[in-house]
Amino acid sequence: MFMGYSLGDLGSILAMQGFAGLVLFSVFVLMALGLAIIFGQMGVINMAHGEFMILGAYVTFLCSRLFAAYLPGAFAVYFFLAIILAFCASGLLGMAVEWALIRHLYKRPLDTLLATWGLSLILQQVYRSIFGAREVGVELPGWMMGSTHLTSQIEIPINGLIVMALTTLITLAVYLLIFRAGWGRQVRAVTQNRAMASAVGIDTERVDRLTYGLGCGIAGVAGSAFTMIGSTSPTAGQLYIVDTFLVVVFGGAQSLIGTIASAFTISQARSTMEFFLSGSMAQVLVLLSVVGILMLRPQGLFVLKIRR
Amino acid sequence: MAQDRIDPPPSSALRRRLLQGMAALPAASLAPGLISRAARAAPATAAVNSTGLAVTDDAVTVGILHSITGTMAISETGSVEAEKLAISQINAEGGVLGRKINFIQEDGASDWPTFAEKAKKLLVKDKCAAVFGCWTSASRKAVLPVFEQYNGMLYYPTFYEGLEQSKNVIYTGQEATQQIIAGLDWVTKEKGAKTFYLLGSDYIWPRTSNKIARKHIENHMKGTRVVGEDYFPLGHTQFNSVINKMKLVKPDVIYAIIVGGSNVAFYKQLKAAGVDLSKQTLMTISVTEDEILGIGGENIAGAYACMKYFQSLQNPNNAKFVPAFKAMWGEKSVIGDVTQAAYLGPFLWKLTAEKAQSFDIDKIAAASPGVEFKGAPEGYVRIHPNHHLWSKTRVGRARTDGQYDVIYETADLMEPNPFPVGYQ
Repeated sequence: MFMGYSLGDLGSILAMQGFAGLVLFSVFVLMALGLAIIFGQMGVINMAHGEFMILGAYVTFLCSRLFAAYLPGAFAVYFFLAIILAFCASGLLGMAVEWALIRHLYKRPLDTLLATWGLSLILQQVYRSIFGAREVGVELPGWMMGSTHLTSQIEIPINGLIVMALTTLITLAVYLLIFRAGWGRQVRAVTQNRAMASAVGIDTERVDRLTYGLGCGIAGVAGSAFTMIGSTSPTAGQLYIVDTFLVVVFGGAQSLIGTIASAFTISQARSTMEFFLSGSMAQVLVLLSVVGILMLRPQGLFVLKIRR
Repeated sequence: MAQDRIDPPPSSALRRRLLQGMAALPAASLAPGLISRAARAAPATAAVNSTGLAVTDDAVTVGILHSITGTMAISETGSVEAEKLAISQINAEGGVLGRKINFIQEDGASDWPTFAEKAKKLLVKDKCAAVFGCWTSASRKAVLPVFEQYNGMLYYPTFYEGLEQSKNVIYTGQEATQQIIAGLDWVTKEKGAKTFYLLGSDYIWPRTSNKIARKHIENHMKGTRVVGEDYFPLGHTQFNSVINKMKLVKPDVIYAIIVGGSNVAFYKQLKAAGVDLSKQTLMTISVTEDEILGIGGENIAGAYACMKYFQSLQNPNNAKFVPAFKAMWGEKSVIGDVTQAAYLGPFLWKLTAEKAQSFDIDKIAAASPGVEFKGAPEGYVRIHPNHHLWSKTRVGRARTDGQYDVIYETADLMEPNPFPVGYQ
C-alpha cells in the first residue's frame, strides 16, 4: 500500500500515526485509571463506571451552556472549571453510592457486579429523563478544536494534546496519592489485609468511601475530557466499558503500573492494526490476542504479591 | 408505560369526547331508525371491517411501535413525534372513513425480540388496523414474520438497505439505490470526483449500501474508482488511524455511513485532525438534522448529505409541516429525513383506506400501489407496486447552525428498486 508515495508523505503519516497511538494510549489510561482503583484496589466490579464517566460529560455540557448564557467572556476557559466540577460531581455520587450500596457488598464481590449493573441501568434512565434520549452537543471553545502544524504536512490534533496532558497530570496525582502519601498507604493496607488494617487503627470504612469516590471522580474527569472526542448521550458510557475492563484485567487488576502498561500495549496494537487493516479486523485481532494471553497468564501482565 | 391509550393532544381530547357524547345524546334519544351523525358520514363498520380489526362506528385503533427506552431511543423519538402529529392532524380533519384514530403505543425498548412480542400483542390482542413503527433493520426483520403470520400492516419509516419486499409492509423511507446513486452521480458531475473512500459502521445497512456505491462507482460511472473501504464496530470512538490513512490516500470524496455515537466521534476527530470540510468533499447518507444535534453543527459544516428530505426544504407543504411540528413538540425540535418519512405513514394509510373503502389488510395491501400523497412535506410521493415510495433524491450541505442548504434535487422522482440488478 506504500507504492507511489514519497518518503516525505510516508514520514509525516508515520509521525501522525505514532501520535494517534499515543492519544489512544492516553484515552485508555484515563478511562481505566478510575476502574483500576475501584476494581483493582477494592475488588468492586464496577459496571457503572461508564455512567460515572457520562455524568462528567453531562456536567461539562451544563457548564458549556451556563458559560455561553451568563459568562460568554470566559467561555474559552470554561473547560477547566468543568473538569473540576465533573470530578466533584462523579466523586460525590460515587461516595453516596458506596454508602448506600457498595459497602454492604464487600464480602460478596461477585454481587457488586449485579448491583452496579443495576445502578448503571438506573443512571442511564435518569440521564434520559433529565437530558432526553438524544445526544447533546457539547460546544467547545474554538481553540480546543482544530490542529496545530508542526511542519507543512504533520498536523497534530489539539484535543489529543489536551487529553495527553490531562492524563499525565491525573496519573501523576494518583501515583503521588497512592504511593507517596500517608492516605495511600492506608488504602494499600486495607487492600492487602482489611482485618489487620482495621486492627492497627485505620478507619477502613472512611478509606473505602474515599477510594471509591476517587475512582468515580477520575471517571468523571475522563468523561469530561471525552466530550472532545466522542458523543454525550445516556448510553454513551456503554461504549467505553468493554475497553476499560479489557485494559484493567489485561494489566493485572491490582497493579496500577500494569494498567498503564496494558493500555500502552493495547492502544499501540490497535492503532497500528487499524492503519493496515480495517477497524473491525483490528478489534477482533486485539480481543483474540488478549484472550490468548490471558489464557496463558490469567493473572494479567503484572501481579502484586498479596496475602489473601 | 406501554399499555395506556393516549389521545393527542391530551388536553382537548376529553373535551372532544364530551362533545361527541353530547352530540350523540339527542340522536340516541330519538326514535330508532334515525341514524347517528357519525354513521351518516361514515360507511357502516361491517362494510369497512370484515376481518375483526379494532374498528368501531366512530373510531379505529392503530399501533405505534418504537423504542422509547434503550440505545435506539435517540433515533426513534422523532418518528414517534411525527406519527403522533400526523394522527392528530388526521383526526382534526375528521379522521379516516369517518372514524377517529386512537393509537396504542408500545415500547420496543431497543431489543429485537421485544419488538416481535409487542408487534404480536398489537396485532393479536389489540387488533390494530395498522402499525407505524420500527427503525433499525434488525427490528423490522424481527417483526416481519409476525406481521406476515397475523396479517398486519406495518408502515416502516427508515431509509434502509433494500433487498426486502412484503405485502404487509409499506416502506416510507428510501431503499439504498434511491439514496446512493443520484448522490454519487451528482458529486462526480459537480465536483469532478474521481476517487472515493468508503467508510461505514460494521453492520448490514452500511455494508450493503457501500456495496451498491462501489458497484456504481466501478461499473456505472466512467473514470471513477474506490481507493479504500473501512468498517468499524458499532460504538467505535477512535478514528485517528483511518483519518491518517485517508490523509495518505487523499480521496476526492469521503463517503461515510457511520451511525450512532461513532458519528459524533468521527466528525469531531476529523475536524481536530485538520480536515477542512470546505476543501475536502465528504458525502454521507447517515447524518440527518437529528444527528447533527449531537455532533455539533460547527464540527460537520460543509459536509454533503444525500437524503430525500431536509427541514430547510422550500415548498408549501413543508412551510405548514415544520411550524405544526414545532408547535406540538417544542420550538427547539429538529426534523430529519426519517422523521418526515414517519409522518407520511398515517397519511398514506388514510389515503389507502379511503381508496379501498375498507380497513381490511388485504384490501389495503392491494390498494396501496398508486396511492399518492400530495401533502407530503418532501413534496409529492406515490406508492410503487413494490410497496416502496417514488420520491426525489436531494443533496444538502451542512451549515454551522445544524441545518442543511438544499443544493440539488433530482428532476424526476426516483424509482424504488429494492432488488437492484447489477448492484449485488
